Amino acid sequence: MSKPSFVYVTYIVTTPNKLFNALIDPEMTRRYWANHRNLSDWHVGSAWRHEDYDDANEVDIEGTVLETDPPRRLVVSWASPGEAGDPAKCSRVSFDLEPLDKSVRLTVTHDDLEPDSERLRSITFGWPAVLSSLKTFLETGDVVPNIWAADPAANA
Amino acid sequence: MDRAFKALADPSRRELLDALYRENGQTLGALCAHLDMTRQAVSKHLAVLEEANLVASVWRGREKLHYLNPVPIADIAERWIGKFERQRLRALRDLKSVLEEDTSDE
Repeated sequence: MSKPSFVYVTYIVTTPNKLFNALIDPEMTRRYWANHRNLSDWHVGSAWRHEDYDDANEVDIEGTVLETDPPRRLVVSWASPGEAGDPAKCSRVSFDLEPLDKSVRLTVTHDDLEPDSERLRSITFGWPAVLSSLKTFLETGDVVPNIWAADPAANA
Repeated sequence: MDRAFKALADPSRRELLDALYRENGQTLGALCAHLDMTRQAVSKHLAVLEEANLVASVWRGREKLHYLNPVPIADIAERWIGKFERQRLRALRDLKSVLEEDTSDE
């Protein structure tokens, strides 16, 4: 087992079912993930993709559903468009949901990243912003207008 | 959020976060090797950081690996930094780093 590259944890006042649904429902992801949607039938072995909600030609991430155990665990492979078939170019993202008293502990683990890659840079910036936005959305219903506004590369 | 601010208020704990920023996923032993702190102090500070959710840990076999978890810091930023302010704040931050790198007087 290789050492995970990143481990992100957030505590969200919600239920595991609502949180799991927020990860896979296109109408939900749109609200907190910079107007993007995650699309798949979410069966193990099926393809999934992360694309612009308003323009399906703008696919950012592609991969395969590797494991699913709703509402506890979801594991997907993660690659640039067109590279999902090449294992060397795929990283792996696991979402683990653990119910607590009134909240859910969500752990996002990103493994198998190439060191010094562009993907590594965007993830370092990306996950904390996405997870904060997800927490705000589920706890308050508020939408964070543009979570990438603080990303230097996105505004270059 | 109180816990995050309290945890960040200590320079040794910020140094520990710096060490994890440089290399994520370190064991207690690896962290001690590079820092001028006793093992006991590092262990105590890590516990405070974990309690504040600024450090997330993962067991790999018998090794406990520590990861920098900046999500609470992103929560702080999201609460007080509006979307229109971000551009200007970045411009100021860039100006600060350029000026601080340049030690000449011209």
